[in-house]
Amino acid sequence: MPIIAAHNLAKTYRVFQKKEGLLGAVRGLFRREYKEVHAVAGVSFQIEPGEIVAFLGPNGAGKTTTLKMLSGLIYPTSGSAEVLGFVPWDRADAFRRRFALVMGQKNQLWWDLPAVDSFQLHKEIYSIPSDNFQRTVAELTELFHVKDLIRQPVRELSLGERMKMELIAALLHQPELLLLDEPTIGLDVVAQATIQRCLLEYNRTRGVTMLLTSHYMRDVEALCSRVIIINHGRLIYDGPLSGITEQFGQAKLIKLHFAESVPPDLARFGELTNGRGPVADLKVERSQVPLILAEILEKYPIVDMSVQDPPLDQMIARVFQEGPRQAPADSAREAQ
Amino acid sequence: MIKYLQIFRVSLSERLAYRADFMLATVLRFLPMITTILLWQAVFTGSGQDELSGFTYRNMIAYLLLVHISRMFSSMPGLATGIARDIRDGNLKRYLLQPIDMQAYLLAYRGAHKVAYIATAGLPYAGLFFLCREFFDGFPEPPILAAYVLSLLLAFLLGFFFEVCMGMVGFWFLEVTSLLYVVNTLNFFVSGQMFPLDLLPAPWAELLKALPFQYLAYFPATVFLGKIEGWDLVRGLAVQAGWTLAFILLARWLYQRGLRRYSAFGS
Repeated sequence: MPIIAAHNLAKTYRVFQKKEGLLGAVRGLFRREYKEVHAVAGVSFQIEPGEIVAFLGPNGAGKTTTLKMLSGLIYPTSGSAEVLGFVPWDRADAFRRRFALVMGQKNQLWWDLPAVDSFQLHKEIYSIPSDNFQRTVAELTELFHVKDLIRQPVRELSLGERMKMELIAALLHQPELLLLDEPTIGLDVVAQATIQRCLLEYNRTRGVTMLLTSHYMRDVEALCSRVIIINHGRLIYDGPLSGITEQFGQAKLIKLHFAESVPPDLARFGELTNGRGPVADLKVERSQVPLILAEILEKYPIVDMSVQDPPLDQMIARVFQEGPRQAPADSAREAQ
Repeated sequence: MIKYLQIFRVSLSERLAYRADFMLATVLRFLPMITTILLWQAVFTGSGQDELSGFTYRNMIAYLLLVHISRMFSSMPGLATGIARDIRDGNLKRYLLQPIDMQAYLLAYRGAHKVAYIATAGLPYAGLFFLCREFFDGFPEPPILAAYVLSLLLAFLLGFFFEVCMGMVGFWFLEVTSLLYVVNTLNFFVSGQMFPLDLLPAPWAELLKALPFQYLAYFPATVFLGKIEGWDLVRGLAVQAGWTLAFILLARWLYQRGLRRYSAFGS
């Protein structure tokens, strides 16, 4: 049975439109004009137990709205969803005991108190038995390397340490589903990597299902084997991470190291993204790679070379811009 | 239920960390009392009367000291604004995501806050009342004292749920601080904190006594002074309990309505 099953989930907000200027504001008092915003316009997907799925999309794509519906904070306008066998917006206690939502931009811990006090409160809220609680806290503080910090007031912790405490608090009741909204936002590379490692380790040992949004492709590459992309409230990709390259990565990056300096006419093969001294990066259409390589190797002395996919960030950015699945011809035309 | 008792316990240990603040706050709160005593002394001397609407000068000072005790139970600083802020900033989420009832949680938290406050402020209060003992006609009889304690506990619940209702307004309006300011200022007057309601001319005194606010300050104080006795006392307590129940139900209803709106529109 899937952990999450969303079917044609849609959410339309009605937003008040304020007119310009004072006159407009006064008019707004008497006759309000509203605009309908289709934050989520019918998405369907299923997530199986133990999966770690990345939920991607540009700002305003509908990611957070979808997460809010799946965690029962808001009702959908239409469509249905089943999470852990429950309809989330019924907010049954039994449902709420089995998942956790962590938002990187919101903290749940008591600011002036040590984290351990907030943990204690979670113990009471979720009615966690004492021995179970002690063991979980010990395990998690070990896993996240924060054993010495749980008695310090939260406000004295660094951003990364605080995020670890947030995650521990969210995991205390051993949820089967973890919804993560930008868990690494604002963190430095080292702290990001630690959080990724811990989440991965926790998923491996406990089999907890995770759905996470992030703007850092490092998170996605480190954690997720499957990616769901939405834009303008619609699903535009659902599949393995590697599939993005196949479907959207029409370009390849050829890194060349010439014996002499870069030949001046190299740009005729494709887009020259870097060309300094003997080194050049050439972005070409994937189908052209063998032909172009053959020609270059024949004409110029080459010291070293490699063919790579463009960085995931760039590829995702293109997916965001291009919208729903398009025929390869379209993308090819744009690449030229 | 056990869950909320535990939350009460955890919150109590948190609040006790601030006991020095409480002591200081209590002492500071009584400084204005000196000017109040002087003011009423002038009023009584000026009027040339021994009694104003059944209150002697000694009665009056005792009353004004006693409304402090009433308010110690019934005032809820920051409760309504806190709820409104939670709604606006989206912190309300935690009550929706976690298996916990917001009002029961806040009640346990507030209860702990009050117990910590009363326990630590008890000593300075006792000292103050000892200094002011000449204003009192001795200690009330046990039945009156029991009624007094009951009226204070009801005042706590009434004050709590009234403030919760005010906070729920945050579901419909983003900005509630000015509304709350007006309500609190009015409350100071209509609850009888400023002076006993009996001092007002007939229709006004009757009107204000028909409102729930008198049970936050006036009613417990007059019970202690022995001004309400027998069946009047029983009826008074029943009406106070009735108002409390009404605000409990109103708070529930507003929360349900507000949540429906919140869940439809998002935060």
